[in-house]
Amino acid sequence: MHWTRGRRSFRIIPRGESRGVGQADSCSLISACLLILASTVFLRGAPGEKHLSVYSVAANYSLPLVEREGQDYVGLLELLEPLGTVSARMDGTRWRLRYNNVEGIFQTGTNRAQVVGRGADLGGAFLMENNRGLVPLGSLASLLPRFLGGPATLHGDSDRLFIGSVATHFTASLASDNPPRLVLHFTAPVNPSVATEPGAVRLTFAHEPVVSPASATLTFGSKNIPSANYSERNGAAVLVVNSAIPLMATFSADARTITIAPTFTVAQTLPPPATPSLPTPAPPAQPGTTPAPAPARAAPAPAARRYFAVVDASHGGDDHGETLSSTLLEKDVTVALARSLRRELESRGISTLVLRDSDANLPVDQRAVLANADRAAIYIALHASSSGHGVRVYSALLPYGRDDRGPFLSWTTAQRGSLPVSQNAASAVAGELQKRQIPVRALAAPLRPLNNVIGPAIAVEVGPQGSDVAQLTAPDYQQLVTGAVASGVAAVRDQLGGAQ
Amino acid sequence: MIPRHLHIAMGVLLGAALGLSLYAWHVRKTVARAPAAAVDTTPLAPPVSGPTERVILFIAHDEDGTLRPESAQIPLPSDRQQRAEELLRTLVAYYLQKNSTHTLGAGAEVRSVFLVDPGGAVIDLNSAFADTHRSGVLVEVLTVASLIHTIAANVPGISRVKILVDGKQRDTLAGHADLSSYYDVSGVNQLVTELQPQ
Repeated sequence: MHWTRGRRSFRIIPRGESRGVGQADSCSLISACLLILASTVFLRGAPGEKHLSVYSVAANYSLPLVEREGQDYVGLLELLEPLGTVSARMDGTRWRLRYNNVEGIFQTGTNRAQVVGRGADLGGAFLMENNRGLVPLGSLASLLPRFLGGPATLHGDSDRLFIGSVATHFTASLASDNPPRLVLHFTAPVNPSVATEPGAVRLTFAHEPVVSPASATLTFGSKNIPSANYSERNGAAVLVVNSAIPLMATFSADARTITIAPTFTVAQTLPPPATPSLPTPAPPAQPGTTPAPAPARAAPAPAARRYFAVVDASHGGDDHGETLSSTLLEKDVTVALARSLRRELESRGISTLVLRDSDANLPVDQRAVLANADRAAIYIALHASSSGHGVRVYSALLPYGRDDRGPFLSWTTAQRGSLPVSQNAASAVAGELQKRQIPVRALAAPLRPLNNVIGPAIAVEVGPQGSDVAQLTAPDYQQLVTGAVASGVAAVRDQLGGAQ
Repeated sequence: MIPRHLHIAMGVLLGAALGLSLYAWHVRKTVARAPAAAVDTTPLAPPVSGPTERVILFIAHDEDGTLRPESAQIPLPSDRQQRAEELLRTLVAYYLQKNSTHTLGAGAEVRSVFLVDPGGAVIDLNSAFADTHRSGVLVEVLTVASLIHTIAANVPGISRVKILVDGKQRDTLAGHADLSSYYDVSGVNQLVTELQPQ
């Protein structure tokens, strides 16, 4: 094909428009000045910024707190807005707030308010600022039950407000494995941020109504994990697990259980370069069993493999993936495919863990950590696409560089040692799909977290056979594809076991 | 008693103030009503003159998910960096055409290309490129492979390529293709082989 550069365009500004540009410049100048002023004020106030975390059945949210007259204040209208129908109006010096059918009357500068005709002590003056009615934080414990008709519990020291019975409780127990694991079980799904520090793992629950156990300090009588401390501050609950050794946290698929275990259970499993000549796989361990693996090094025995296959429904939560149609999102199709693949694998005797079985946010790093921690014989990420015909099976396209340091593998190229086995697995899966007359291609792809997984890892992108995206949701088609994938995995089961 | 001329002066001043206020109000309304300048989605590039050269562009084809070499005759500067920029802008201009085999979103543009020794190239795309890109593993892989292989095949000495968006690192192109690390050109070459028509 011969062709030359296409259009080049130059825009000439007409004379009339240049005046508009000048005016725009003046506006821009004034806006810039205002912006600088605003940012100066904002930045000056930033370091002391405090938030109130509100937990309710309707929504969990946070609101800024402002300090006035030596105490924290919060906007009452903003606080009630997510919970129901709310309106407010000024009536002379009185501020009338209506929440559903309940009316409250507040007067600027006074400590008293009327809610449903009854007086209430605010513990500080009611303030009006920029049409916002501000009440002292401490007054919420008495004001809110009157507006809401139900209990509201304020943790004043930590700026946390619980509306109704929404608290998430947890238990902590030390599993008597070797090495020991701390198992935290929560009454509702949680998604804390995890920070590893020297001698501790810190779990910060900024968005969940996690509350204190019976005692703020939990002791476990273990040398490796002696204790944990619970605290609350600035709208968040923090659990610090103290330890004498490096720890790592892993999450259960339903996000209700967090297991904290020594990192060497993972680090010591870093495989040597894959040796496909080892045809003696360990039989896949069933969940709950703990076969004794032969230690490869003079170190504590690595944790047993719990699942042979880890199936990952890609995307989830805020990450929708591709919008396949006006009513169909990739994240929903991948969950359905993952469930179908689990059935197919388990029907072939392959124990399977589905990483995401609900509409939850799960960062790619976390997915790789979970797959690595589980020492799965194969990690299978599932994607769906409206483009292309049939199925694509991917193995990792590794990024540039090899930054391994001694026994420590680079996170970005952790897959390198298992790549040949991954490619074999991808070929086997592609072969099974072909047998079933499904158009298929095996390719490399720069697709995370394939490159972060230590063991064999593939991704399967399922597209419709024709142009009808609705086929992706058809159980028959899903079963046809996942059945082929499961057969492909089963065909190389021995090789995968050897790579582990 | 206020002198008459002061009355007149005051009246004139008030009139002038009123007139200016009306004028300011009118100007403000005019500016507010003025339609926003139409977004020019055509990539702007410095005009290149001089002799043309035959180059090989690796063009993505969505209908069968392949990457095919196609020759083009374009004017190329002698400077390596400018050559790389011009190549990729030509490639993107092709994808922006209506009958393109692999369409990119309106406004997609290569902002610049930097060559970094030893063997590094950094492609800086604009945000419209990534924000309007279709999501999907294969479709994103085709774009990335097309950009990288075109530059590596025509500008010798490039062994790794990093893709930025608006000068900043971005996790993925459109939810799938990883942009967080340098691409290994030898690995991409292997991928391009796999993407050839069967």
